[in-house]
This record gives sequence, C-alpha cells and structure tokens, in this order.
Amino acid sequence: MSEPVTLFVPLDSFAVALGADEVAQAIEAEAEYRGIAVRLVRNGARGMVSVEPLVEVDVAGTRHAYGPVSEDDVAGLFDAGFLEGGDHALALGPTGEIPFLKRQERLTFARCGITDPLSLEDYEAHGGLAGLKTALEMDAAAITAEVETSGLRGRGGAAFPASIKWRTVLETEADQKYIVCNADEGDSGTFADRMIMEGDPFLLIEGMIIAGLGTGATKGVIYLRSEYPIARDITEKALAKAYDVGLLGADILGSGKAFDLKLFVGGGAYICGEETSLLESLEGKRGQIRAKPPLPAVAGLFARPTLVHNVISLCAVPTILAEGGEFYRDHGQGRSRGTMPFQLAGNIKHGGLVETAFGVSLRELIEDFGGGAASGRPVRAAQVGGPLGAYLPESLFDLPMDYEAFAEHEAGVGHGGIVVFDDTVDLAAQARYAFAFCAHESCGKCTPCRIGAVRGVEVMDRVIADEDRAANLAVLRDLCEIMEDGSLCAMGGMTPVPVKSAVKHFPEDFGEA
Amino acid sequence: MWKQEEARTIAEAVARGGGVVTGALRALVDRFGYVDEAAIPMVAGVFNRSKAEVKGAISFYEDFRTTPPPRHVIRICRAEACQAVGARELEAHAERRLAARLDGPAEGHDVGIEAVYCLGLCACGPAVLVDGEPHGRVDAEKFDALLGRCTEALAP
Repeated sequence: MSEPVTLFVPLDSFAVALGADEVAQAIEAEAEYRGIAVRLVRNGARGMVSVEPLVEVDVAGTRHAYGPVSEDDVAGLFDAGFLEGGDHALALGPTGEIPFLKRQERLTFARCGITDPLSLEDYEAHGGLAGLKTALEMDAAAITAEVETSGLRGRGGAAFPASIKWRTVLETEADQKYIVCNADEGDSGTFADRMIMEGDPFLLIEGMIIAGLGTGATKGVIYLRSEYPIARDITEKALAKAYDVGLLGADILGSGKAFDLKLFVGGGAYICGEETSLLESLEGKRGQIRAKPPLPAVAGLFARPTLVHNVISLCAVPTILAEGGEFYRDHGQGRSRGTMPFQLAGNIKHGGLVETAFGVSLRELIEDFGGGAASGRPVRAAQVGGPLGAYLPESLFDLPMDYEAFAEHEAGVGHGGIVVFDDTVDLAAQARYAFAFCAHESCGKCTPCRIGAVRGVEVMDRVIADEDRAANLAVLRDLCEIMEDGSLCAMGGMTPVPVKSAVKHFPEDFGEA
Repeated sequence: MWKQEEARTIAEAVARGGGVVTGALRALVDRFGYVDEAAIPMVAGVFNRSKAEVKGAISFYEDFRTTPPPRHVIRICRAEACQAVGARELEAHAERRLAARLDGPAEGHDVGIEAVYCLGLCACGPAVLVDGEPHGRVDAEKFDALLGRCTEALAP
C-alpha cells in the first residue's frame, strides 16, 4: 500500500464561508467510499478568494490547485484523478505558478496557506522560530536596533515608526511592562490580521515574544475582536500548544527568559481598535479613549509601559530578526519600507490578499491582481484604508502605495484595505454612511465626534434631499473642520476624510457639477 | 437560562486568573448568551467595583446584551465592502422577510437579525454570521436558505 495522498482544504473564514467544511467532509467520505487513504490537512488560506474553497493535492512534492470546489464537485474530481494531479474544469495547475501568487513578495505571509497552522513542527520546518532563536542570543537594545534598521512602521494604520515605541518602552523603568497586540481589526475591507491569525498563529506568538525580549516586557495580551470566531479558536489552540512545548512561560525554549501571553476577546466595539480605548477595555472598563499624553509606551496598560502594535507589525518582526533589518528595509521605497499585505475587497473579481513591497500602484492592485469589478461594470471608486480612509477616483489609481504619496492627496494607506466600488455607487450615500458609522461607534468622550457625527448624518440627509444644498454643503465643510481639529482621536478626527474626498472627487453625486 | 450560582463561579474564576470586569462579562455572554440584570451586583462584588461601573461596561459593548437572544441569530454585515456588493439590498430583504429591523440587538424567540460592522469576509460579501458560522456571497436566495435551516432546526 502506498503512502496516503496529502490534501489541503483551508480552515480560513473565507473558505469556510464559501463551503470548505462541507467540501472537506465530502472528500473524506468519498475517499472512504472508494477505499483510498488520504491525509487531509486544514491549512490557512492562500488569499485567492475567488477560487475558494481551494483544494490542493500534493503530487510528488508539488501542490496542485483546484477551485472553487463545491461539495458537488468532489466525486467528479476523484473521477478525473485529481489525486494524481489529473485535469479537470476546476484545475488551476501547480499552486505556486498561479500568477496572483507568483507575482507577490511574501515575507509575513510566506507560510500562510502552505503549512498546517497548528503544527509547530511544520512551522519550524518552514523557517519558523529562526527569528526568536536569533533574538534569544541578543540583548534588548540590539533587538530594538534591528527593528530600527528595518524601517518598520506600524501597520495598523497610523504608520508610526515602530522602533521609537520599542525604545521608549525599553528605556522607561517599571516593575512590569506589557506587549499588547491590537487584533481588533474592525476596518471594513481588511482581513490580513484575521488571515494570519487563522493561517499562521505561531508567527504572531513568536513576534510578541521577540517584542517582549526587545523591550523588557514579560507579559503580553492579544486583544481580538469577537466577530472572528475561527481566529479565536485557532489562537486558543496555538497558545495552549505554545505553553505545552515551553515556547511560552517562565523559560522560553530553555533560555531562562520568561514571557506570558493571554488572549482577550473584545465586546464588539469598533473604537477599541484605538489603542487607548483598547487599554481601557483590557482594564475592564468602557472602551472610552484616553487623552494623550501620557503615551501608552510610557504609561499604558495598568499605567505601565506598554508596546501596542497591530497584528501585522508584530508578525513582521520574526522575519526582521531572522533575515536582518537590512533585508526587510531593502523592500519598498522612500520612507515606506518592507512589504505590506494589501487587501482587495468589495466589488472585485479576484479579491483577497496581496503582499508586496510598497510602491505598487493602486491600479496594479485593482486591475492586474484584482481583475476589476466583480460585476463586470467599470470601477468608479476605491476606498483605501478603512471607514476613515479616502474615496479615490479612477484618475488617481496610478498613485503608488506609499505613506507619503497618499498623504499628499489627503488619503492614507491605513491598514492596506482597498474596497472597490463599481459605477452604481452613490458617493453621497457613502458620505452619509461615514457619519452614521461614526455616530454608531463613537465612544462619546469628546463632543466633536459624539455630536458632530449625528449632525453630519442630518446635513447629509438635507444634501441628498436637495434642501438648500449650497448652504448645507458649506455647513458640511465647517462640520468636517471642527471634527478634524477638535476630536480627541482618529475616529472623529478622520471621519471627515471619506466625506471630504467624496465631495472633492465626486462632486456630481452632491449636485455640484 | 440564567443560573446565578454558575455565573458567580464563572466570574470568580475570571477574577482568580487575574481577569477584569470586561473579561467576566465576555465569559458570561459566551456561556449564557447574555448578561442578566442579576449579574450586576454580583460582578461588582467579585471585582470590588461599583455597580455603576459594571453597568457602564455592559451598556458600552454591543455584545453584552441584557436579554436572552433568540435561539438563532443571523448577523448581517453592514460595512462598506459588503455595501459594494449589495449589502443594502440584503438588509432590506432580511428586514422584510423577518418583519424586523436591523438596528439594535436581535429580538424575538426563534430567529432574529442584527447588524454587524465587518466580519473580515470583505472579498466574498455580502457576509453574514449564522450562530457564529460565517457565510459569504449571501444574496436573497442564499439568505432564505440559511433562514430555512434555522427554522428547520427549530421544528419539533
């Protein structure tokens, strides 16, 4: 009897939402019925959502892809000999040769979709823990210096230089310091945090341990949003395993150094993605933001020095330590160094995750990778960087993905989410929604945000109803100015970004020709 | 069904593990689906906080509802990426189908709907979560099928 054939069916939320669990069951049932031994691995997703559920077969060491597979296709795939890489209408060829994947530069997502997310053996066999082992031989200042060399900036949206935060935490004296991972990925159009947590959970754990070693923090918390049940399940299992093998705890891999890590699941509040709100929530309170200063790096969780980073920032760290800061810095352009996992979302034919160096244009992402709108209609707008990001017209699609280039156009790269809209979109409705969302999610601490968002909805209703439009558009501009200048955090301060960009680039939707 | 003694045991276990009020509320919602009024003085006592602080935390977070949820809850994403592929139409369809509004927590005894702002399924919208299970590319027809599965599960 020959070795069983290895098959991969993702456990990622995208795949499951499109029927992967049913496909996995159907494959196991069909294999049993035919008396064929198979080994079915539930991997992370590769990030090509248009072909999920994506089934892969290991044929003599090369993985062949089939997708999108439904449970009704399974018997036909067996008939076509897909276990030997046989041809079928759903055959996509060797996975690594698919242009959508081949054109990417995957550093952070190098393993995602390839390994068994919960196998630490698989993780190590594919380069995992190399960064941690390097870091365990270094002192804290040297680790932080490596992060500085890399040029890494916070991937959550604010793009603040990571090493400044690391150094502040390292140099602030305290009896206890913390690493807090912000996994409250609430921006529509973003799913990179979720995908990496479901597809390569040990990467985040490794990144957080290194951050602890680099800053002198011995405790960490992952703050995960409750809307991600699969990520929660995988993280819980990965943490248990990491403790079992001594990767976490009092003696990291026998080094004598300690790091404890816990998972905290949020309560369904978008504002808790704002770092001070998140800290309040972790302290047991309402998620209302704190005025800064003090900065969290000086007085964060329980008033102790706290390094707060987004998931993707922390997941970049193992590569930086394993390959060196210079290797990471050599990707990208200008002051935007390294790679970014861009997320193609909304009305897009081939949506999903594209990790590549900064400098790629919006047009390359939307047209070359994404194939344009799923509806087949012309693309009219893309909102970049979440609900607080700008709506950009097609005429700006040649803009390179670069923090500074975007800032020049009153836009932001944010967390790298790109939501595509076709020509049926009504930008006045989107502007109204930006205020409505802010009104729904405002923590209520400062007036410009709490009241301004409500007034914004009302003003937009009058604009849409063509009631004294010119005067109301003037009020709208004033309101945006007050919110930008007077709000305590980015929620109120950046809600005007989508609104103003919609008015500026799509005046015809606001009755201004 | 709320069980006060079990709720106390859960809250005390969270406190012993170094947890906080929001952590205890999360654990209670995970177990019971909601936080009963009776939890307020109990949690306040366990964590040595005021009742106002506990009530304040409950009222702040969407997840910490204070009434039992329907047996089945369909959470429908209302955010931009899903709007771009028909979430507003799906929302209208769901509201008509269930004669319910998407604002506020899901109501009713058997099946309820509520809004959610992003499920991270932004490349396969419109997205919904049915009793915690993700579903993508949900049009009116698929919604009715998911709803049918919920009502079938309720049949005696």
